Order: sequence, then C-alpha cells, then structure tokens
Amino acid sequence: MRKVIATALLVALLGAMPWGAALAQSSAPQRGGAGVRETLIRNATVLTVSHGTLENADVLLRGGKIAAVGRNLKASADARVIDATGKFVMPGIIDCHSHSMLDAINELTLSVTSMARTSDVLNPTDPDLYRELAGGTTTLNLLHGSGNAIGGLNTVVKIKYGRPAQEFIFVGAPPGIKFALGENPKRSNLQIPTQSRRYPATRMGVEEVIREAFTRARDYKAAWDEYREAQKRGEKNLIPPRRDLQMEPLVEVLEGKRFVHSHCYRADEILMLINIAEEFGFKIRTFQHALEGYKVAKEIARHGAGASIFVDDWAYKIEAYDAIPYNALILTRAGVNVSINSDSDERARRLNIEAAKTMKYGEMTEEEALKTITMNPAQQLGIDARVGSIDVGKDADVVIWNGHPLSVYSRVETTFIDGEVFFDRQQDQARRAELQRERAQLEQAEPNRVPAQGGPPTDRPRGRRPADGDDDDDIRDGGNNRR
Amino acid sequence: MSSKQSDDALTRRRAPAPEGLKVRVTLAMMCAVVILLLASASVRDNVLAQQPASVTVQQTGGGAPGAYVIRNARIVTVSGAEIENGVVVIRDGKIESVGSSATAPAGAQEIDARGLTVYPGMIDAGTSLGLIEIGSGAPGTVDLAEVGDMNPNAQAIMAVNPHSAHVNVARTNGVTSVITMPAGGIISGQAAAINLDGTTPAEMAVMPSAALVITFPRASTFSFDALFNPQQGNLNEAITARDRQIEQLRKILRDAEAYGKAQDAYARDPKLPRPDRNVILASLVPFVRGERSVMFRANRESEIRGAVRFAEEMKLRPIILGGNDAWKVAALLKEKNVAVVLTGVLTLPQREDDFYDALYENAARLQQAGVRFCISTGDTGANVRDLPFHAGMAAAFGLPRAEALKAVTLYPAQIMDLADRMGSIEPGKMANLVITDGDLLDARTHVRYLFIRGRRLPLTNRHTELYEQFKNRD
Repeated sequence: MRKVIATALLVALLGAMPWGAALAQSSAPQRGGAGVRETLIRNATVLTVSHGTLENADVLLRGGKIAAVGRNLKASADARVIDATGKFVMPGIIDCHSHSMLDAINELTLSVTSMARTSDVLNPTDPDLYRELAGGTTTLNLLHGSGNAIGGLNTVVKIKYGRPAQEFIFVGAPPGIKFALGENPKRSNLQIPTQSRRYPATRMGVEEVIREAFTRARDYKAAWDEYREAQKRGEKNLIPPRRDLQMEPLVEVLEGKRFVHSHCYRADEILMLINIAEEFGFKIRTFQHALEGYKVAKEIARHGAGASIFVDDWAYKIEAYDAIPYNALILTRAGVNVSINSDSDERARRLNIEAAKTMKYGEMTEEEALKTITMNPAQQLGIDARVGSIDVGKDADVVIWNGHPLSVYSRVETTFIDGEVFFDRQQDQARRAELQRERAQLEQAEPNRVPAQGGPPTDRPRGRRPADGDDDDDIRDGGNNRR
Repeated sequence: MSSKQSDDALTRRRAPAPEGLKVRVTLAMMCAVVILLLASASVRDNVLAQQPASVTVQQTGGGAPGAYVIRNARIVTVSGAEIENGVVVIRDGKIESVGSSATAPAGAQEIDARGLTVYPGMIDAGTSLGLIEIGSGAPGTVDLAEVGDMNPNAQAIMAVNPHSAHVNVARTNGVTSVITMPAGGIISGQAAAINLDGTTPAEMAVMPSAALVITFPRASTFSFDALFNPQQGNLNEAITARDRQIEQLRKILRDAEAYGKAQDAYARDPKLPRPDRNVILASLVPFVRGERSVMFRANRESEIRGAVRFAEEMKLRPIILGGNDAWKVAALLKEKNVAVVLTGVLTLPQREDDFYDALYENAARLQQAGVRFCISTGDTGANVRDLPFHAGMAAAFGLPRAEALKAVTLYPAQIMDLADRMGSIEPGKMANLVITDGDLLDARTHVRYLFIRGRRLPLTNRHTELYEQFKNRD
C-alpha cells in the first residue's frame, strides 16, 4: 500500500516539477528508442579491477551485460562502435554512502526508526544525479541519516537519470539498515532553542537504545517463532502475534537477512557495536566513516565487517579530530574490506580522485586504490556478482575516461549503465546551445518575469534539501557542511 | 612589507598595528638567527631526523635557514623555462641561484634530487587556516567571525594559531603560504598573508594586513527562522535590505576617507582642533586610499557586477573572492582589470540548470578571456591540503596544465602583491620550495622535501604521528 501511495506521490511530483528541474533533466543525453543496443568499445586501456589492466583491449556490451573482453572482438552489424584509442575504461563507480535523490534524510522524532524507508522518498529528478554520472558514478547506497541510533532502511540504486524512480532500484541488492553512533544520535551539535532534548544524549544511552531495541526484537522474533511452530504442530485457534513494522527489520538483522551499515567515528563506539552485535548474534556489514577505525583495525577485521570511509576528511567536529588519511591503508593491511564513499553529492562526482589519494597517503597500489570505489563497495553491498569489475557476464556498467581515472587531469567521456548511455560529454555539449535558448525563452515567459518587469511575484520552486547538506545537523551551515 | 603600509601614519599609531608586527617579525627573525647560530649542527640534524613527536604538540621547528644545494632535479620555475637537470641554491632563507649548474656555498647541505621535481610552494589565497581548529562542537577553537556587521579592525593575524594541526597538515602537501581571513558580517576584517611555519604569528607573517575582506551585500530571499526552518522572503524587501547594506558600507568608507583627511590635516598643523581617534575608521584608511586591496566575497553574477561597480565608485583596489559566476562577467573583469580568487572549482553548480562542468570550467574561461585569476580551496583550514586537486580539476576541464600550476603559485602571489617574494623559483625570492616524486597537482604524488623561508621542514604532522602510533598496534 505504501508503495502505491509513494508511486502516486512521485507521479504528482513529476507533474509539478519546476522549470529548473525540467531543464536540468532534459540535459540528459537523448537515448534512442532502440533500447539496449550493442556497443563495442575498441582499443582502450581496460582497468578490469578483477584481473589487471588490459592494453589495446575491446569491451563488448550486449543485452545490458558485458558480453566479451579481449582483443579484436567482433560485434553485430548494427552495433555502435566507439574508438577508444588512448582512452581508459573502468567499471562504474559505486558509492557506498549517499543521500542523493532523497527528499528526506532523517526521521528524527524517535531514536529507533527502523520502520522508515528511504525508498519512499526517491526524487529521480535531482540534478546532482546527473553530475555524479558525469564523474563516472553509477551505483549509490542511499542511506537514512545519522540522527538516530537505529535509523531507517536503505535503498541501493543505479543512477538511471531520466527514468522513473522505480527503474533506479537495484533489483536483487540485499536490504540494509542505517545505525548511527556518537555525536549525531546524541544530537550534540544541534541546539534548537525550543526543542526538548531527546534520549539518548550520551554514548551510554546510544548503547542502551540499541540493546533495548534488539532485546525487544528477540522477544518479537520468539513470539513469531513460537506461533509458527504451534501452527506446524497443528494447534487450533492460535492468535498470531501483532505485526510490528519497527521490529520486523531488526528481526531480519538477527536472522542475517539485512545488512547493518553503521555510522561511527570513535574507536570505543566501534568496539561497543561489535560487542552488542556479537552478543545478539548478528554481524555489522559496514562501519560507515569509521574515522578512528585504524585504531581498532584488527577488531573490525576479526568481526568481519567492512569499512566505508572518507579518504582524508577530518576536524569538522570533535569526533573527527583523530581522523587520518592513512585509515584506508591500516584497515586494508589488517584485512578489512575498505571502500571510499562520498556522503556528499559534490564528492560523489570525483571519487576517482578520492581513491587516488590512497596512493598518496600510504602507498596503496593502483589496483587497491581502484577497488576502493568499485569491487570493495560492491562486496560491502552484496552486489559483487553483478557489478564492481569488468568481467564477462556482469552488468554493463562501464565508464570511458579520456585519461587514467586516477589522474587529476582526466575526465569522463561516457557512462554506461546496463549497456545504455546515461552520460556522454559530446552529447551534453552538443545540446548546450539549444538548452540556453530554451532557458532564455522560459525567462521571458509570463510566469517567470520578475516583478519589476510587470510579472507577478515569483515563488521559489519546491524546496529540495540543501544541495550538499546530506545529513542532519548542518542546516545552520547553509548546507556547506557535509555531514 | 610593502611601503604602502609603512607610509600610513595613522595605523602606525595603533597598537598593535601591522607595522608593530613587522618590527616584531624582524626582531624575532634576528633572535632566531642568533639562536640558530649558537646551535650546533648536530642539533639541527636531530630535528631533521623526523623523530616521532607527541601527537599533542605540533612540530613547528625545522632546520636552520642555512644553505642548501639541491642537485640533479627537474626544476619547474613557473616564471621561466623548466630546467631538466638543474641546481637550486638556498641561502639565508632565500633562493640564491637557480640554473643548470652552481657552486655550492661553503657548508651547504647537499640534496640529491635525482628523479624528483622542484616546485615553488603553493599559495592558497582564500582560507581561514589557523582561525578554526574544529568546525563543530568546539566553539572555543573557532575565531572566525566577530559580532556585528562592520569589523574592519578584526585582524586575522591576531588570532592565527601557529600551533594548529592544520598548519603542518597543509604544508606537508606542498602548500607553503596562505591568505587567512575572517568571515561574517559585511566588513569581516583584515586578511593576513602567512607562511605555514613559525612559532609565533609574527614569525609566520608575510604581510600581516594583506587585504580587507568584505562580503558584498546580496539580495537573498532565503533564510532560516529561529527553528532553522527554511523561510521564503519577499524579493522586493530583500532588494531594499541589500541596498541599505550597500549604503551602510558606502557611508563607513566615506567616513574613513574623511577621517584620514582630518587626521592628516591635524598632523600637518597641530594648531587645528584635534580630531578624535577612532580605531575602526583608522583601520579602513589604507583601503579607502587604494593603498591595499579589498577582497569582495561575491559569487553570483549580480554580486560580482555590484562589487566591481562599487569598488570603482569608491576608488578601491578590488579582488573578487569566490567568483562562481565570474565566467559570465569576464568582459567586465577584464576591462576593469579585476582579479578573481576562485574558491568554487570543487563546489556543486549554483543553479539546478547550470551545466555540470560550469565551475570546473570557470578557470579556463577566465584564462581564455584574459582575466587575472588564481585557484583557492576556499576551505577554512582542514582541507587546504587539497589545493593541488582543485587546480587539477580545472586542468581536466580546459585550463592548460602550466596555467593550472600558476593558478596555485605565481598567480595568487601576483594578485596578493606578494610576487616580489614568492610564487616562483627565482633568485632573491623566499625559499618556499616543494620537492616531489611526481606532478605537483596529481593526487598520487608524494612530497619528499619541504622548505619554507629556507628552513627544511620535517614531513610530519598530526596524521603521520597518529599513523606511526597505530600502524603496528599489537
């Protein structure tokens, strides 16, 4: 039912789309009605990520999949052939921490909001999605914000910009949930004068909130287990337990069916969550940010969690003061799967440079650096059988760069998702004159004339979240702070 | 120190004034020289041995400003031709010579830079480095914005923390100097040009009062209410409010002009009635006389045009700080010879329908139009170390690579009146040098040696120290 309502709302929103968004959307490259056609990328340097670098290699995309990788590949007569001589091909970048296209990020009223779903607030017209495609990013892990100890449910999407929201969904991606530790669920940095304080206000309380929730979840699961066993025994006149939408996702966590992605900073709180998870018998899939992860790398490795981190951001708040850019290196050497994420629509446009920094700070190899934005986040999200490397049979999510993607001097030429072009620099540039004309016409249109020129007062378009203010406690900052 | 500053009779009476600082810089440097002359060479070597230090105490000390000979290096002078296999000689804090060969001064330390490249240190002209330690949750470490709208007498140099962890973090990536500035209000205060080395603000100072910083008033209909809910205001009211702020600005600058004239007249003729002293107006006098630059924070086209017009009307020496829409105003900026410190290369485009690369391309467009510009992170401190990657992105989108390098070395020096002492590798300039194993702007490159004012500095910082502490934890 909620999905139906969400779809109806989205249709309504699309109809009410402001001019600006309409314009931005129309700057997406036009795709022919042919649907998924065959594309042969010829003579490129192919960074496969899984099996090294192939020089002068071809990549064949067919039926939305990578059909072949090698030299002198043959394509059918109607295939599009791209001469990529001197260019580089790599898998689409996967961002394991994003809030793009979410019209709401934090359901802040409770400390446990496992019933809230990011999939209910997807805005497929967010122009930052297009900007991210132009930086080679193809897959996003859309997470609830970090305001609650147990936050809402995530959504993994491919950036199929220009399509309806439901086509963005990465079908088959295992479900997940956001947890958060430290300053944000404590609400340390948000002092709204008239707002009363909310439990928890300390790291003690954060631990207790999680413990209390899972204690309830365990009882809830036991009630359902007992009910089902009684059914199996053939008992009559059974009364089923009352369904609880807050508890159901937590039961999935207990059963290992839902990934926990937990926002965290300090080493002690990372250990706290490991302890509580092990006590209740579940695993943390990824520690998100984990700025002090390097201090407890072996404990994270022993638990079997991944770490999805900023490469080098630090000092924007107290719990970020011990962050170091060698975090990726120490965690990787300890055996932890490390991805570099953005948590920012801005940074999601240049994760290639963020990955390159792992080679500056700590001598990671080129392949390790590339993995932090491709294969590793794919594994963290449980979608590595589909994406994350250039291998035959995987989804045709590939990006053509005009130079080595780890060089600051390189930029994206073309971004494919499932074999279709979702960004192409030449097409983008070819449409600019037309778009500028369209803009000029719209500015002259009666509803858009400024009052001084005789038009009525204009309304600001429907507000979207601050473009770069992805998380909860940054509103005072005009959206410049990234968390 | 420019003569413009010491000419100013008014500010000299202020204590502490920029000139006072200058005296202290000189004294401090003399003291430092004496102490270092007394120190033995072995002490110096110990400092350079890059001993792991306490994470709570930032290392600011380095080697003495002695003599160094850097050999076998590729030298990117920036101002002239590259030298493939050259020699740079450093003595007494300055670059003594640069060329294909040179004789080493007696006692000079030799550095074999085979396979490495020597660059001038980078300069970030749009930061607040040293004024903020921790952005959120620790207001005691934030000295960014004074209370009130008109604070021309708030000087960044008075609050820069030489022991901030940000200093070493930025310089170990090759940023050797910054312009650090207050924010907030309409007149935010005075920016300082500092080197990222020194135990005291005076030791760091290159130009303690480098520019006045003004946030050019803007008609904004968007605000937050007391509960931080977004509020939509009335456009006509916003325009009226902006015009009122510009008028306030005009008035205080005119007052400063009159104040300067009155004080000068009194200085020439003490028989005149003695005009009252006013520290706020006094601090504005060198700026209203066009002796020093005024940086206008302005990003949108209308703000940039407004700031250029206003500066012309008031006969100021303007620099645009921000400049996101500068490419739209290129003709005017060229005509009026107004330089732009671009702080937005790596920010999201301002409008939903801006082309995706509008800000990546901004620098290239200004360069093609012949507008003077430089590239800055615009960061308050922690991420100033990313300066090379901002320039790199501009190069990925049309700015020639050599221009991208100039945009973070020579151009900021020229725009901030520092080119006589930094920004390129030329004899007589301050020995602020970075020696790398690759392209300076590339994110994979490592800095191998670092010199500021001829002192060889250890490549350690808070982050390397924490790394050393935890990398081999049992």
